[in-house]
Amino acid sequence: MFGQANVLAQGQAEFPPSVEDFYLPSILPWGAHDNYWFTKITLMVWLAVGVLILFFLLSYRNPKLVPTKKQWFAESIYGFVRNNIAVDMIGHAGVRFAPYFTTLFCFILLTNAFAIIPFFQISPNSHIAFPAFLAVISYVMFNWIGIRHHGFVKYFKNSLIPPAPWYILPLLIPIEFFSTFLVRPFSLAVRLFANMFAGHMLLLVFTLGGFAMISANAWLAPVSVLSWVMTIALTFLEFLVICLQAYVFTVLTASYVQGALAEEH
Amino acid sequence: MYFLAAEGGEAVHNPIIPAWEEIVVGGIAFIVLCFVLMKFVFPRMEQTFQARVDAIEGGIKRAEAAQAEANQLLEQYRAQLAEARTDAAKIRDDARADAEGIRQDILAKAREESDRIIAAGKEQLAAERATIVRELRTEVGTIAVDLASRIVGESLADEARRKGTVDRFLSGLESTGAR
Repeated sequence: MFGQANVLAQGQAEFPPSVEDFYLPSILPWGAHDNYWFTKITLMVWLAVGVLILFFLLSYRNPKLVPTKKQWFAESIYGFVRNNIAVDMIGHAGVRFAPYFTTLFCFILLTNAFAIIPFFQISPNSHIAFPAFLAVISYVMFNWIGIRHHGFVKYFKNSLIPPAPWYILPLLIPIEFFSTFLVRPFSLAVRLFANMFAGHMLLLVFTLGGFAMISANAWLAPVSVLSWVMTIALTFLEFLVICLQAYVFTVLTASYVQGALAEEH
Repeated sequence: MYFLAAEGGEAVHNPIIPAWEEIVVGGIAFIVLCFVLMKFVFPRMEQTFQARVDAIEGGIKRAEAAQAEANQLLEQYRAQLAEARTDAAKIRDDARADAEGIRQDILAKAREESDRIIAAGKEQLAAERATIVRELRTEVGTIAVDLASRIVGESLADEARRKGTVDRFLSGLESTGAR
């Protein structure tokens, strides 16, 4: 956040924005450009983790049968993921995955939300490292669950061989392999990353574009205002994307687990 | 993406290549989050949900048990009531039958009594009549003898003859009367 503030304060924000705008100088050591251990991004990740842990531990410190408002709120988040994602997708067996799905959902939702929270205004998920890590967990998880449930051979037979005539199988098996075991982790990671990346880029374009136009020519001030209004509108769109992507990531993970547990292809 | 292509040459960072430091940091942070939430929070939520379900289901079960008990009691009362009604009807019938029996008994006794009284009366009457007839016969005999003595002027003191005459006369009277 300091990096961005510096850039804006110096009035040197370059237009058009580039990929480099996503890589702010590190905090510790201060201002380093090739050190990623302690940056605004990692700080936000830790912050998200801390906020979530604090929120859930505090609101569930002393659970009661008749919940307090805070407890009810924490419960409804868990209940939403448990009933509307885990149980809906996987069935009753999905309950045991609900804790992970809820953690995943909350983490993505909050880290995404940093994209539009003032002074943060960039999501850690616009750095592919974080979505990639989550996607790898989902990938390992659904394969592990499938292998443990069916056994190694049966799991791969279930996943790779669709119920189709034998002569079409040589075509289908590579497609199944490609889509299930190669594309899934990438699509998961890239979908989340690209959405947050593009969202931040859009906000940058309209915000910096306004500055660029007004500093290029005072007569362009109305267009600048329009550009900033667009920024506000896009912030609402971004809010939608934030919630949607958190939901999509969780639902897809649940769907992969469901596919791995399914008896038939 | 025009600018990306245009500045591709000078760009230090490739957004598609993850920085391994960030993977490490993000991984540790996320694992910590998972550990805490999945160990200390969500299982307890599941427990609370279960406890809530139990509480509600227990309540429903208790209500159902109470309902069943009430139904059973009602059934029992109904059965008892029906039984009592049958008993009452039976008692009424018995009483009616008893009353009828008693009435018949009393009637029979009364009839017997009346018959007896009538018979006794008749007997008494017959006895009195016999006595009177006997007395009359004696008296009439005496009077007739007296009268006849007076008329005839002679005493018919001879007991045996007198008696035979009177008796013959009276028998003649009776036979004419009976005829």
